[in-house]
Amino acid sequence: MSNVKIDIDRKLCTGCGICIKFCPKDVLDESEDLNQYGNHFAEVVAEEECIVCRRCELYCPDFAIEVEEK
Amino acid sequence: MKEQDEYFMEGNIACAEGALKAGCGFYAGYPITPASEVMNHLSKELPKAGGRFVQMEDEIASIASVIGASWTGLKSMTATSGPGFSLMQENLGYAVMTETPCVIVNVQRAGPSTGQATKPGTGDVMQARFGSQGDYEIIALSPNSAQEMFEFTVRAFNLAEKYRTPVVLLADAGVGHMREKVKIPKEVDIVERRRPEDDENEYFDTDREDRVPPMPDFGDGKELLITGSTHLGDGTRDTSSFEAQDRLVRRLVSKIEDNREELEDWEERNLEDADLVVISYGSISRPARGAVKKARDNGLKVGFFRPKVMWPSPEKKLREIGENSKVLLVELSLRGYRMEVERAVPSENLHIYDKLNSLPTIDQIYEKIEELIK
Amino acid sequence: MIKAKKIKEKYIRRHPSPFCPGCGGGMVLNSMSRAVEESGVSKEDIVAVSGIGCAAWIPSPHWRVDTLHTTHGRAIAFATGVKIGNKDLEVIVVSGDGDCAGIGGNHLLHGARNNIDLNVLMINNGLYAMTGGQVAPTTEHDEKTLTTPYGNPSSSFDVAEVVKAAGAGHVARWTTYHMKELIEEVKTAIDTNGFSFIEILTQCPTRKGKKEGMNGLEMLQWYKENTSKDEDTDKIFVGTLSEVDRPELTEQIYKQIDETGDELK
Repeated sequence: MSNVKIDIDRKLCTGCGICIKFCPKDVLDESEDLNQYGNHFAEVVAEEECIVCRRCELYCPDFAIEVEEK
Repeated sequence: MKEQDEYFMEGNIACAEGALKAGCGFYAGYPITPASEVMNHLSKELPKAGGRFVQMEDEIASIASVIGASWTGLKSMTATSGPGFSLMQENLGYAVMTETPCVIVNVQRAGPSTGQATKPGTGDVMQARFGSQGDYEIIALSPNSAQEMFEFTVRAFNLAEKYRTPVVLLADAGVGHMREKVKIPKEVDIVERRRPEDDENEYFDTDREDRVPPMPDFGDGKELLITGSTHLGDGTRDTSSFEAQDRLVRRLVSKIEDNREELEDWEERNLEDADLVVISYGSISRPARGAVKKARDNGLKVGFFRPKVMWPSPEKKLREIGENSKVLLVELSLRGYRMEVERAVPSENLHIYDKLNSLPTIDQIYEKIEELIK
Repeated sequence: MIKAKKIKEKYIRRHPSPFCPGCGGGMVLNSMSRAVEESGVSKEDIVAVSGIGCAAWIPSPHWRVDTLHTTHGRAIAFATGVKIGNKDLEVIVVSGDGDCAGIGGNHLLHGARNNIDLNVLMINNGLYAMTGGQVAPTTEHDEKTLTTPYGNPSSSFDVAEVVKAAGAGHVARWTTYHMKELIEEVKTAIDTNGFSFIEILTQCPTRKGKKEGMNGLEMLQWYKENTSKDEDTDKIFVGTLSEVDRPELTEQIYKQIDETGDELK
């Protein structure tokens, strides 16, 4: 879908990588840069593939990711 | 209880009746000699009065559930003796830190350890003050009659509610098991905890003069943050800053310390011209008082001082007494109140009559008085 | 599925959390929040009681309900007072395996025995994680931990089975991998009038994962591969272990108050 906006709050994302793995559509991937823990942030790489299953929201331990349907 | 004002009643029962009269809504406890009668009586009477009673699996669980229930708005109490009181210390500290009103009755017995369960002792006085870890103050009352078991239990509830603190009733097996006339008034004065006004949203800090913040109930929609960790006014944990620790702990201490004049209470007789003042408390204060009366009857200038509130300590009065006369401390223990009195009374003026296991007679104490005053 | 934004606004505060990257604590918080939202229970009626340890920080201070953060191992005892004090409150206990089954073991047993209407979530990471990773009652025999450097001489026990034997009304086990099932289970617990015990295998990447060579994500994979909803396998069983109808303590107490006399205080 192209009318989806995915927001990852870098103040909250610890870079655990769980959302990246659990997304069924490979919407997310690791960022280049590192966070305070030395981990890669999750970042959106294919927003248009998102089917709003909200698995990322369900599995994120830090409430860092929000999926908005426009 | 029959609709009548005077009863011939055991101290422990009088204590339980005091709790009922004060509006106790929750009791959790564990059996232990010589305190069990308090619980036994309440197991029967509390439900009749609309209160909740439960016997828990141990003393730690007893005081824990008392604290939990207090936050649902209920006046809560437990009763135990030395071994149980020792177990309760950690959670007693939690009640202090979270400013949870509750009453803890310690019907002291001969210790240390298992000691002599059915024999009186008053060795827990310091423990009531210092038993839990860290810096804090406590309120502790010491009854010496079945009547006072009733009255001081009511007072303990009122003080707990007023100051948002645990209050210890330091009874002993002698007072707990003695049977005497107890007058129970139809009504007693009751103090309720102060609940927050609409514009008050801090329940763990205050700038009020009395140092006591308001206390809401669970279910009031306040999203309470109650914790035994050092915390800010809204309950947020702050386990690192100097400011938080300094402000909170000093306020908790000053809450009692600065209100000591209002809290202090004692019985005094003939102090003005006394050459010797007998200081005593608990069940042994009964023959001690009798010995003082006998001394006066025999023309000896002896006075009597009995703290009713053990903590905060009447240290100013103790110092005054110690400066002006000889002191004979009569207690049913070796270390119960001794070091507190030693703090206030110059050593050349202080004499000790310490007895263990059972009460001395009036004559036995009188003999010591005579010896000292001559 | 409810939007994370809505859950966050209504139920979460004090973020970022102190939890380590990949820690399952936040996942439990998420599932609890969603379960409450879906169950229809009002936030105002919830009291979350916790003890000491990482798990105790799941509700306190992050959950926007009344929270009671107590002493080590005693959460169930405090919670008992809360529930008996006011039976209309929905009391949820969040307690680690050390807190709940170690120091708190006695209270766990008696809470189950009393079948008191509490919802107990035991966050099982197999260690005392907060203090560095010492051995716990749920640590396997021979496992090397901070205080069993030569291997654990002791052995673990199946806490859920013990709770079942003690008479709890509802006993279940899930893992943080099973988020959807976990949410349903917490809802069931809320609906059950009795002692509902949910053992939640929860990943601790920092203390447990690290020594096993796994990060949080890999531990979730491990949960997936080593658990089964089928009882007859060698894998860890996840699902409902027990469901019994026994007298519930709060009800019994209130009934007696009703029968013997006065108005409830």
